[in-house]
Amino acid sequence: MKKSHNARNTGSGPPTPAPPRWAQRLLVWYCRPELLEDLQGDLNEYFDRNLKTKGLRRARLIYCLDALKFFRIYTIRKPEPINLFIHWIMLGSYLKTSRRSLIRNKLFSAINIIGLSISMSVGLLVIAFINDLVSYDNGQVKKDRIYRLLTNSQRPNDRPMTLASTSIKAGLKLRETIAGVDEVALLRNGFSGDAHVGETALPLGAFWADNSFFKVFSFPLLQGDPATALKEPYSLLLTEKTAKKLFGEADPLGKVVRFDTLNYKVTGVLKDIPKLSHLRFEALVSFATLDGKKSDSDGDLLSWESIYSNYVYLVLPENGNRETIQAGLDKLSARENLAVRNQKITLTLQPLSEAVVGRNLENPIGPSIHFMALWVLGGLAFVVIISACFNYTNLSIARSFRRSREVGIRKVIGALRAHVFGQFLAESVIISLLALVFSFLLFWMLRAEFLSLHPFLDNLVSLELSPRLILYFIALATVVGAMAGFLPALFFSRINAIQVLKDVTSLKIFRHVNMRKVLIVIQYTFSLIFITGTIIGFRQYRGFLSFDLGFTTENILNIRMQGNKSDLLKKELAEMPTVVGIAKSHMISSLGSIHGTSMKYKNPMDSSGVWLSFVDDQHLPLHNYKLIVGRNFNTRPVNGNETEVIVNEQVLKRFNIANRNPEKALGEMVEMNGLKLAIIGVVKDFHYGTVEKKIEPTVFRHYTEETGGYLNVKVKTTDWPATLARMETAWRKIDKTHPLDARFYDDQIEEAYSQFSVMLKVIGFITLLAICIASMGLFGMVVFTTETRLKEISIRKVLGASENGLVLSLSKGFLGLLALSALVAIPATYFFFDKVVLVNFVYHQPIGLGDLCTGVLVVMLMAMLLIGSQTWKAARSNPARVLKSD
Amino acid sequence: MKGTNLGEFEELVMLTIAALVSDAYSVAICDELEKHTGRVTKLGVVHAVLNRLEDKGLVISTLGEATNARGGKRKRYYEVTHAGKVALTKSKEMREGLWRIIPGFNLGGSI
Repeated sequence: MKKSHNARNTGSGPPTPAPPRWAQRLLVWYCRPELLEDLQGDLNEYFDRNLKTKGLRRARLIYCLDALKFFRIYTIRKPEPINLFIHWIMLGSYLKTSRRSLIRNKLFSAINIIGLSISMSVGLLVIAFINDLVSYDNGQVKKDRIYRLLTNSQRPNDRPMTLASTSIKAGLKLRETIAGVDEVALLRNGFSGDAHVGETALPLGAFWADNSFFKVFSFPLLQGDPATALKEPYSLLLTEKTAKKLFGEADPLGKVVRFDTLNYKVTGVLKDIPKLSHLRFEALVSFATLDGKKSDSDGDLLSWESIYSNYVYLVLPENGNRETIQAGLDKLSARENLAVRNQKITLTLQPLSEAVVGRNLENPIGPSIHFMALWVLGGLAFVVIISACFNYTNLSIARSFRRSREVGIRKVIGALRAHVFGQFLAESVIISLLALVFSFLLFWMLRAEFLSLHPFLDNLVSLELSPRLILYFIALATVVGAMAGFLPALFFSRINAIQVLKDVTSLKIFRHVNMRKVLIVIQYTFSLIFITGTIIGFRQYRGFLSFDLGFTTENILNIRMQGNKSDLLKKELAEMPTVVGIAKSHMISSLGSIHGTSMKYKNPMDSSGVWLSFVDDQHLPLHNYKLIVGRNFNTRPVNGNETEVIVNEQVLKRFNIANRNPEKALGEMVEMNGLKLAIIGVVKDFHYGTVEKKIEPTVFRHYTEETGGYLNVKVKTTDWPATLARMETAWRKIDKTHPLDARFYDDQIEEAYSQFSVMLKVIGFITLLAICIASMGLFGMVVFTTETRLKEISIRKVLGASENGLVLSLSKGFLGLLALSALVAIPATYFFFDKVVLVNFVYHQPIGLGDLCTGVLVVMLMAMLLIGSQTWKAARSNPARVLKSD
Repeated sequence: MKGTNLGEFEELVMLTIAALVSDAYSVAICDELEKHTGRVTKLGVVHAVLNRLEDKGLVISTLGEATNARGGKRKRYYEVTHAGKVALTKSKEMREGLWRIIPGFNLGGSI
C-alpha cells in the first residue's frame, strides 16, 4: 500500500530533473541514427552522475557542452540526396493533389489566393518603391566615394538647422587646406531666366558648377570636353533635350545663348539626366561666371555665413578616411566661427547614398524622402501580408482533416516527415506564386494610382520594371508562401499515419484552436487600429483645411507675377467687373513658406527673429485681417523711406511692448534691417505658417517692389471659366513667354497639407485591404465552423432549439474574439495618437469618442453580417436532410 | 600498413575492453581507464577511438538490453575481435622483443 503510494507520488510529483531539451534535440538532429542511442545513453548516464555530485545546474551545463563536443565528423548525419531526389520525382504527384484540393474547395482557395494576391500587390509596390530609391545615382561611377557637405547652423534662441547647402568658402577651404580628398566640386543653385536664341525664348533653370564637376560626377557629355567645358566664364552646358528645344537639329556647340543682356557660349551637350539622379538640371553654367559678382541677397557670396544656396561634393580616395576629413572640417569651422557673431556653423559629411533616403534637410537640392517613411510603408505592407498568411495558416490547419488521409497513405507508402513537410511547403509556395500572377496585375494598376497620388511621388520614382525587380517579386512570393505554409506543413508532417487511417476524427483538429483564435484577434486588432487611425487622421486633416486662420481665403485668386510689373496687370484686372478687390504681397501666408528677419525693440542687445510679410495697403482689408487697434498702411512710402510696421499680438508679448497693451503700443519704435519703424497697428494673431506650427511674432511691412510677388485678386462671379479666360487674356498682354499662374487660395491651402492627404490615402487604402483580408479570413473560419457543426445544429434543432438561439450560440465565440480585439485596439489607437502623433501638432482637434468608435462599429457590423449570414444559413437548414445524408 | 599499427591510447582502450569482458561499454571503459592510468579520460575521446577501432575491424559492438538507467537508452557493448587479439599480441611481442635486448635496466640510473 505504502509502496504504491510512493510510486504514484514520484510519478505525479515534480518532474525528475532532465537535461535541457534543446541540447537533446540538437543531438538528435545532427547525430547519425546508428550512433545516436548509445551517445544519448552515455550522456544521460553522465548527467545522472553529475546530478548527484555537482548539482542540477552544473549537470545541465556539462550535458550541453558534451552535446556540442560530440559534433564531430564521424557523428554527423550525412545529407541524404535521396530525399531531394524523392521530392523531385514526387513533384508531379504533389502538383496533382494540390491542384485537386484547390479545385475541390473553391471558396477556401479563392480566399487564400485573393487574400495573398492583394496583400502581395502592396508588397510589390513597396519593393519597387524601395528598389527605385536605392538605385538613385547608380550611374555615378564613384557613388560610394562621393560625399556631400552638410551645414549645421545654430543661432541663439533658435532651433538648430541642418542644411544640405553650405558656403562656397567651406568648399574652397576644404579643397585648399584639408588633405586626403581627391576632388571637390562646387555647385550653386538659383540660376534661372529666359534663354533667348534668335526668336525662341525658353525659361531655363540651371546650376552654376565649377570645373571639377565632371571629376566628381559621371554625367556623360555627348559633345564638348569635360576637362574644359566649365572653365571659362559664361560657358553653358545644355542637356540634349534643352539643346533640341533651343536649336532644333542644328549643332549647338559654340553657339550663343542670351539671358537678359548677357551672352553665354554653349561649350557642350550633356546626355539627358536620368530620372533616378538626385541632381537634376536642364543646363550648367560655369562657376567662373560668378567671379565678377560680389554679393547677393545672402550677403557676400564668399562669406562663411552664406550657406543657403551652395552645394559642395567631394570624392574620397579609395580606402579614404572619412574621420580625418571630419576632424579637418571641425578644425576649419572652429577657426571660422571665431569671426562670426550670433551663429555657430559646423560641417559634416553625408554619403551620396543618403542624399535621397535620409533625414529631412533644409534647402534640399533634389528629391528626398525621410527614411522613417520607408519603414512605415514597409511596416504597413508587412502587416497586410502577414494577415493574409494568417488566413492561409488558419484555414489550412482548420481543414486539415480533409487531407489527413492523403498524408496517412503517403506515410504508409513510405514518405518521411521531411517529405510531407516539403510537400505542403511546396504547395503553399505554388499557391503563393499563383497569387503573384494576380498580384502583379494589381500592382500594375496600383502603380499608376500611386504615382498620380502626388506630384512628389511621380517626381521621386518611376517604378519601372527590371529583371532584378521581377526576381525580387518572385523572392517575395516564395518567402510569403513559406511563411504561410510553415505551420500547416509542420502540422501535417506530424500526423500519425496509423491513427488517421483508423479514424480520421481522432485527429485533434481542435487542438490548435487557441492559436487560431489568437491569429484572428491579431488580424482584427490591426484592422481596427488602421481604420480608427484613418478616421482620426481624416478628421484632423479636415480640421486643418477648415481651420480659422485669422483671415479669409474665400474666392481669392493668387497670381504669381513671374517677374512682371504688378501694376500693369492690376490695371488690366481692375477693368474686369467681376474683380472685387486687388492686393499685392511678396508671398502667400499659411502655405508653409516663410520669410524671417530679426527685430529689436528698446534693448539693443535683445534681438529676436520675427516672421515678415510685405503687403500693400489693400492686403489686410481684402483678407479681412482683424486689426485690434491702429490703422492700415495708407500711402506707398517713397523708396527707402519706410517708416511703418503692423505687428501681431505675439510681437507685443515677445518684446513686452507697452506691457502688452495694444492701445499703448501704437507709435512705439522698433528696429529691423537697419530701419526705424513705428508700430501703426496691431493685428489679431493669425496663422502665418501652417496650422501645425505655433503662432509666432509676425510683422507686416509695406511692399514697395514693383516687379515680382503676387497679386491677390478677390473675385465675385458665378461664371468662373469666363473670368479665368479674361484673366488669361489680361496676362497675355503683359507677358507672352510665361503661362498665367493663378491659383485659388483654398486650393493652395489644401495643397500645403497634401502630404497629409497622401498619407491618408495610402493608409486608408491599406486599411481597406487589411479589413478585406481579415473579413475573408473570418468568413472562411465561420463557414468551416458551421460546416463541421452542421450535424450538431441539426440534432439541437430536432430537440427543439430555436433558430435565434442557434445563431446566437454559433456566433458567440466569434463575437467574443471581435470584442477582445476592439478592447485592445481602441485604447492603443487613442494613446498612440494622443501621446505620439498629435503632440507634434500645436493646433489640432481633440479626439472624439465618435472618431474612435465609428470605425470599430463599421468593422463589427461587417463581421456580424458575415457571421450572421452563415450561422443563419446553418440554423435554417433542414435537420432531416442533414441527418439522413450521413 | 597503417591499419595494423596500434596507437598507444587505442591499445589501452582495447586492453580495457578485454579486461572488462562482458561489461565493456563506453562509460565503463572510460571509468576503468581512469582508474588504471590515473589520467582524466574524456568520453568524447573514447568514443572517437571506439569508432575508429570498429572501422578497423579490431573490435565489434552489439546493442544490449534497454534498462531503466540511462533514460531507457540501450548500451553498446564492445568485444575485441580476432584481428584485434592478433594486433594486441603482436604489439605485446614487439615490446617484449625490445625489452629483451635492453642489457641492464634499473629505475635508479639514467638511460
